[in-house]
Formats: sequence, C-alpha cells, structure tokens
Amino acid sequence: MIPLRRAWPVAVLVILAIAPFLTANPFYQRVAALVVLAAISASAWNVIGGYAGQISFGHSIYFGIGAYASLLLFGRFGLPPIAGAPLGIVASFVVSLIIGPPTFRLRGHYFSMGTFAIAALAEILVVNWKFAGGAIGLMGPAMPRSLADLLFRNSLPYYAIFLAVLALLLALTHLMQRSRMGFYLRAIGAGERAAESLGVPVQRYKLYALLISGAFTALAGSLYAVMIGFVDPESGFGILISVNMVVIAALGGVGTLFGPLAGAIILVPLQETTNALLGGSGTGAAYVAYGLIIMLIARFSPGGLAELWPLINRNGRRRAA
Amino acid sequence: MILLQLVSDGLQLGAVYALFSSGLTLIWGMMNVMNFAHGQFVMLAMYVAFFCFTLLKVGPAFFVPLAAVGLFGFGVVVYLLLVRHVMRGPMLAQIISTFGLALVLQYSALWAFSANFVSLPTTLVGGVYDLGGVRLSAARLLAGATAIALTAGMHLLLTRTDLGSRMLAVSEDRVAAALVGIRPDPMQALAWGLGAAATGVAGGLIALFFYVSPDVGNSFTLLAFVTVCLGGFGSVPGALLAGLVIGVVESFSAYWLGPATKDVVVYGLFVALLWVRPQGMFGRA
Repeated sequence: MIPLRRAWPVAVLVILAIAPFLTANPFYQRVAALVVLAAISASAWNVIGGYAGQISFGHSIYFGIGAYASLLLFGRFGLPPIAGAPLGIVASFVVSLIIGPPTFRLRGHYFSMGTFAIAALAEILVVNWKFAGGAIGLMGPAMPRSLADLLFRNSLPYYAIFLAVLALLLALTHLMQRSRMGFYLRAIGAGERAAESLGVPVQRYKLYALLISGAFTALAGSLYAVMIGFVDPESGFGILISVNMVVIAALGGVGTLFGPLAGAIILVPLQETTNALLGGSGTGAAYVAYGLIIMLIARFSPGGLAELWPLINRNGRRRAA
Repeated sequence: MILLQLVSDGLQLGAVYALFSSGLTLIWGMMNVMNFAHGQFVMLAMYVAFFCFTLLKVGPAFFVPLAAVGLFGFGVVVYLLLVRHVMRGPMLAQIISTFGLALVLQYSALWAFSANFVSLPTTLVGGVYDLGGVRLSAARLLAGATAIALTAGMHLLLTRTDLGSRMLAVSEDRVAAALVGIRPDPMQALAWGLGAAATGVAGGLIALFFYVSPDVGNSFTLLAFVTVCLGGFGSVPGALLAGLVIGVVESFSAYWLGPATKDVVVYGLFVALLWVRPQGMFGRA
C-alpha cells in the first residue's frame, strides 16, 4: 500500500484534472484555467524566489517576453501564437544570462529593488517600441484558421493544456528538490555566505535556477497570450504581473512544492470574482485586498499557508525556517 | 545658455529628489529595511497638498508643514504596526511587507480619488525670475531651496545633536545601544517618522509644479532607490549630491531624447551602476 504522504499529491492532481468538467458554467471553467495558469508562473517564480530565496520583482519581464513572442509571431508573420512559446523560452534564456550575473551580486532588498528597476525599464522600453505595438499592444487571431491557432470557445481545452504544463513543472521541481541542486538552492536561500563557505557554487546555481524559472514564466506568458489573444505593456510587462507571482507563492508558502498552487487556488477566484462584481479591473479594489493580504502574511505568517499546515495536520513535519 | 537653463532646472528638481531620498536613506541606513512604499508616501503628501488647496484654499505655507506632520505620524504608525514586527523576520517578510503597503496606498488612492491627473494652479506660487537669460520659476526655486535647507538640516540633526548620535548608535548596533541605555524602539520609530516627514515636505513641494495621480508613486520609489544607491546607503550628503546629479541627468535626457524616455536614462544609469559598482557611487564595499 502506498503511504499517505506519497498518495496525496497524486490525489490533488486527479481532483484538479476532473474538477472543471463537473461544472457547465463557463465563468467557473475560465477561472479554473486562470488558476492553473497563475499556478504555473508562481511555481516558476518559486524556483528562484522560494527555494533560492532571491525575491525577484522582475519576473514580469519573462512573462511579457513569452506573451509578446507569441503575438508578434502571429501579428508580423502570421504564425500560430503557440509557435512563440519556444521563441519566448529562448529569449528568456538570453535575458537570464544578461540580467542574472549583475543582479546576483546584490543581496536581499538590493536584489529585489534591482530586479524591480529592470522590470520598470523593460516596461517603458516596450511602451516605446513601435514594432511591438507600442502602448496599444498586440492582438491574437480573431477567428481560428486551423487547430494550431488553439482558439477555443470553451476554456476546458486551455485548462487541460495548462494542467499538463503545470504537472511537468511540478514534476521537475520535485526532482530538483531531491537532487543536489535542490539542496544547493535551499542552502543559498538560508544563507548565501554560509553556502559559499561550504563550497556551493552560489552564482552558478542561482543562474541555473533563474534559467529554469524564467523559461517557465515565459511559457506561462505565451499560454496567456494564446488564451486571451491580447497583450499590452501593462498586462505583459506591468509590475503587477510580478507582484501576482510573489503574492500567490507567498500565500501558499514559498519554497514548497504545492504552495504556489494552493495560493493560486485561493487568490485567483478571489480576484476574478472581485473584478466581476465591481466591474472590470479598473477599480483596483482587488489590489487593495492583495496589499492587505501581503501585509498580513508578512506580519503573522511569513511561511504562508504551508507554515500553518502542520498545526492542523499533526503528522506533518514542521518545515525548518 | 540652454545648457545653463537645463542645469538649473535639473538642480531645482534634483534638490526635491534629494529631500525624499534622504528620508529613504535614513530609514534604510538606520535599520536596513527597504521602504518599497516610499514613493507612495510622496503621493499621499501630494494629495494632502491638493486637497488642502481645493477644499481649504490654503497655500504651501500651510499644507507643506501639514503634510510633514501628517506623514511623520503615518511613518511612526507604519513602523509600530508593521515594520517593527517584520524587521527581524525572514527576508521575504521584510521585502513584501512594505510592498504590500505600497499596493494598498496606491490602489486606495485610485479608488478614492480616481485615476484622473489633477494639479495645483501654476499661479499658486507664481512668477518667473530672469537671471541673465536663465529663467527660474518661483515654484521650483522655492521647492529646491527648501529641500536643500531641510536635507542639510537632517544631516546636522544626525551628526551634531545628541538625539542624532543616539539614532546613529541604534543603527550601528541595536543591542550595544540598548546596553548603554538608549531604547532602540523610539529611535527607530523616530527615524521612520523623520523619513516619512521628508516625503511629506517633498510631496507638498513637488505638487506645486507636478501633476498628481495615484500612480506617481512608483517612479518616485525607484528614483529614491537609485539616488540612495548612487549616494551610498545611510549617507544624507551622498543622497543630496546624487539627487542633484539625477535631477540634471533627467533634465538633459528629457531635452535631448524627449520626456517619454527620461526615465529610461535614469533607470538605465542605475542598471549600468549595478554592473560596475554594486556598492554605490560613493558607498563603501
């Protein structure tokens, strides 16, 4: 018999796989797809921000690159948007190699602020980039030309695609957790100087983590563009895109395998319902709530929900702080 | 002549940057906690100025001190309720706490005041002086001069007074300061109050010649960060010099490249700085 600890992740995935098929309501199905999409980018952020403890506010760059790669290939060359996914991933590697080494010399707040500045710079550059639509942004195909355009009326096909990507990312993260790299990253997160003194190649492993993290964030951006069919500088490169990933991961628990997914399951429906109730995202009420949630987590439970888990599950082991 | 004009414009704006950045350097240098909501503090002060003028019909002689006092109180409250509890917690908590505060302030302002740009009438502090062909607007001159005076005052407070020595002692070593009878908490609350009061004055002054909107804060946060990095952490004279430099750089790049790209130059300068001197231009390694 499989021990419970091994079985429950599988159970989670099975429940996720069938959940949206139980409802015929298109709003719920759409929210379900968005939950999984948010879980992908937050889990990707978690690799560098959670395990390695490098709190990046610059991940909107990767998300934007993925989204823009998809819609640029469609808009300028008529290719199906999903073709932009590999391009976005390659571009994310280039970006990681450029911004990784200089920002990794910064620690703590300095790293966060540095990545924040780079993301702000990227957003301004994109606004002024005429070829990529400037401030107006880019559109996806209005009508499906073939199946390759991945244009569905229903959100369920997107849900299935996103879930497959999430499963791949979580499987990779799980393998990484148990590998040498997982130990190195956690050592870096716990204390960079100490890790370095024990012989961990700190800069190299932070770069590996950023490469993985950036690639999956870019993929999430491409998938977003495929599903939504529109991106502008704010919805691709805006600072709130980064904030979303940080909050979702922090709520669920940074540096844990399922933390970001748990955070997404709670926060995304909250955000979507607030927006639906208050009419559009223009009011910003959702972000006031976001800000309050962030402050409450920071003040009372910096480990996120994962920190509270052992309190309700006596068999769980308390994660070392 | 245009060069002189650009330099003088840049210096006057830069002095105001220096003022709110010295607030950040105080907070940061004192307790090694970044305030991601610093620009939003400036935004709040700008709204204080705007509403004082439109509702009460009072001028800067009233609303600048009011914004300073109001923000001082706000800074102390933020320290007592939030920062005090997270500053010795995990890095994640320290970083995201003030970021959350920034979101709350910015989007509450959006909710309450709408996204519209508003501004004070330019005639509030009217008049333009001509100094050998260089035009100086009275509003910017007032802002620049006040900012320089207050930044200098903050430096003197820290280095020449007993209170300043006590604050520096706490920033140097909290435990050792406590051992010689300095209670750390009031000192750090005071540092937050003073840092926030600096944004209060700066915001009130900037509102004289700059539009007010809920999202002006983000660029101020980044400007303050760049200034503090350039000037060296915890150094008020460094922040003053760096603020002036950034003001001039901005005014030149806005003239040559257009207003839309002036931020690109400042942030680009900062990213370049990270490459070559991560410890800051005047900072020590």
